[in-house]
Amino acid sequence: MDLNQLLAIKEKELGSRKPYTLRVCTAAGCLSAGSDKVKEQLERAVADAGLRDQVEVRCVGCLRLCCQGPLVHVDPVNELYQKVNAENAAALLERVRGGKPALEQADLQHPFFTKQLSIVLANSGVVDPERIESYIAADGYRALHDAVIEMEPREVIQAITTSGLRGRGGAGFPTGLKWSTVAKSTGPRKYVVCNADEGDPGAFMDRSVLESDPHSVLEGMAIAAYAVGAEQGFIYVRAEYPLAIRRLRLAIDQARRLGILGSGIFGSPLNFNVELRIGAGAFVCGEETALMASIEGRRGTPRPRPPFPAESGLWGCPTLINNVETFANVPAIIRNGAEWFASIGTEKSKGTKVFALAGRVKNTGLIEVPMGTTLRTIVEEMGGGAPGGARIKAVQTGGPSGGCVPAELMDVEVDYESLTRLGSIMGSGGMIVMDETTDMVDVARFFMEFCKDESCGKCIPCRAGTVQMHGLLTKILEGRATARDLAILEELCDMVKHTSLCGLGQTAPNPVLSTLRFFRHEYERRLRPERVPTGAPRPATL
Amino acid sequence: MLSRGRCLPPYWDRPLMERSGSDRAMPGNQSNAMIATLATPRRKRIQEVLTRAGSDKRFKILEAHMKKHQHRQDALIEILHKAQELFGYLDDDQLLFVAHGLKLPPSRVYGVATFYHFFRLKPKGEHTCVVCMGTACYVKGADKILAAIEQFAGVRAGETTPDGRVSILTARCIGACGIAPAVVYDGNVAPRQTPDSALATIQSWMSHGS
Repeated sequence: MDLNQLLAIKEKELGSRKPYTLRVCTAAGCLSAGSDKVKEQLERAVADAGLRDQVEVRCVGCLRLCCQGPLVHVDPVNELYQKVNAENAAALLERVRGGKPALEQADLQHPFFTKQLSIVLANSGVVDPERIESYIAADGYRALHDAVIEMEPREVIQAITTSGLRGRGGAGFPTGLKWSTVAKSTGPRKYVVCNADEGDPGAFMDRSVLESDPHSVLEGMAIAAYAVGAEQGFIYVRAEYPLAIRRLRLAIDQARRLGILGSGIFGSPLNFNVELRIGAGAFVCGEETALMASIEGRRGTPRPRPPFPAESGLWGCPTLINNVETFANVPAIIRNGAEWFASIGTEKSKGTKVFALAGRVKNTGLIEVPMGTTLRTIVEEMGGGAPGGARIKAVQTGGPSGGCVPAELMDVEVDYESLTRLGSIMGSGGMIVMDETTDMVDVARFFMEFCKDESCGKCIPCRAGTVQMHGLLTKILEGRATARDLAILEELCDMVKHTSLCGLGQTAPNPVLSTLRFFRHEYERRLRPERVPTGAPRPATL
Repeated sequence: MLSRGRCLPPYWDRPLMERSGSDRAMPGNQSNAMIATLATPRRKRIQEVLTRAGSDKRFKILEAHMKKHQHRQDALIEILHKAQELFGYLDDDQLLFVAHGLKLPPSRVYGVATFYHFFRLKPKGEHTCVVCMGTACYVKGADKILAAIEQFAGVRAGETTPDGRVSILTARCIGACGIAPAVVYDGNVAPRQTPDSALATIQSWMSHGS
């Protein structure tokens, strides 16, 4: 494979485009609403109407507005139709004939769409995730070519550093710094690992990226491999995402067949292969050291750091671990330049962030906004507020490691630092909106139950602490607790936070601490008065 | 019984990377350990498993799958996935067979199989119903759906009805938050469920054929 062949594939793909394209969303949300049948019906209708040379029916990834699925986007008229089903799908052909289909149309001028800025999701909903040609037609693998042919590895790392990209898994570690650490480390082999073990309940960004645009992740990984000098990559993906696994497998096969993965990529000395590793349902495996243990086929328990994976990771070799979204940002940075990327976002948080907007909000779905967008814009303007005109109470970010931001503070600009200041975290991007009907103590207990079940049991603060905290929260919820119990709970939170081995334990108290900070009255309301001694001394014998 | 490791090699519980050399993942270099295992009464057990496996086509497929992974020990989780796909769950026979095939101590295989929620050590029912208990589903009432199903079926989450017809499970998050609350019936995700819609499906499963 060389540049000419790559361009030839692009030309051929663009040349075969038809005047009309019906893009049918086949990501998991719409698929479960029956979009596969919609696609079949559309294809049949196109054939029956003899419009095959006029209309292309294309399977694409996420079209964002999951709550209104199945979604179909009609090009070039740029109209999005919602709640299309197998029965009424054929009506869409009316649009091709110049008529007006009797179908619900989504308002593309709504802030939900207009406030988005797509970098990671640029191809999502546009390219066919099951065809590599479709990705190449959207300038796919061009960045990889440019990187391995025209740039030195250190120039690639420099570009990533200048761009200001930070880890999208939640902690926000500078990606360039991580890459250069791995590049400097020495070892018999090096590995690149993509962390696709998206375990946070309420988060589906990585799943959507993998289902909608798997090649961008592969391309990002290959560029990373070139930069740090690795030859083998692993993608660790959750078993709960069968569609993402299938599409990744397909993408790896296609890339290998075209010689984009394998030996001597684009005629350079770069050899790079990617293997898929399927998780088996353990939340703690999202922690990098636990993830590596799992890739090695062991129980996924974390180990103390240092040594960091960048120095001693998989099988003791230097290992670069990044999140799906981080890798998906890389091709765009190489293609458009580091300065372009650095011009988006806030001073310390560059670029965009993908959020999975869900919970008690009108428009649920996938959004990508520039860093620094306020929570209020996201929830009230884009999300359309709570359904039925209810008052929004809080927004939960960061899943079981994060916290709740109360409605009064929703004017905060979303970036790594400002959310941390509020006792929450950016997290991987799950954003759950809660309204008046949500009980904050119940939410805190929900997350604690999650951490209790998912604690791997290796260190005692987390193993025993989460059980005790869950017990105390239940006691409070049932109205059996006193002020003393609340004090013990706070003490325990502090202890578990500071003494646990890995991120799971260290962040497990966050949901409790943040709800205590902003919604303390909900806890205190439930406390029963302390039993006061009545004055008379108790008899010595019982 | 698998977890009792009386006859395991002395270094069985240390991570692989601490063992000798860079070729530790190669199949051959633990043959001594395996002989030690085979020399004990457990040998009989493994022989029994291998005999039983000889007449079962699924074990042949599993063996082929191990071969595809070159009997690499780090492929243990992949092999267990395949075993569960073939048999529906993992019992002692399959675990011992895999341990034998990958030349791993049975305790390691059992340890991994019990660590991950995805692996089932008991057979599941004819139908499975997985209620997503992710945050988005939870704030939209997944707990009420689960309670209704549990009450109707008469078993708790994680259990199977006595007639073996329906298994009720919960998931941490299936990533279908945009269409919450979601329930997975026999592998198909159903959007925006209510206690009534869920009960209708369970009811049809439980009354079917009886």
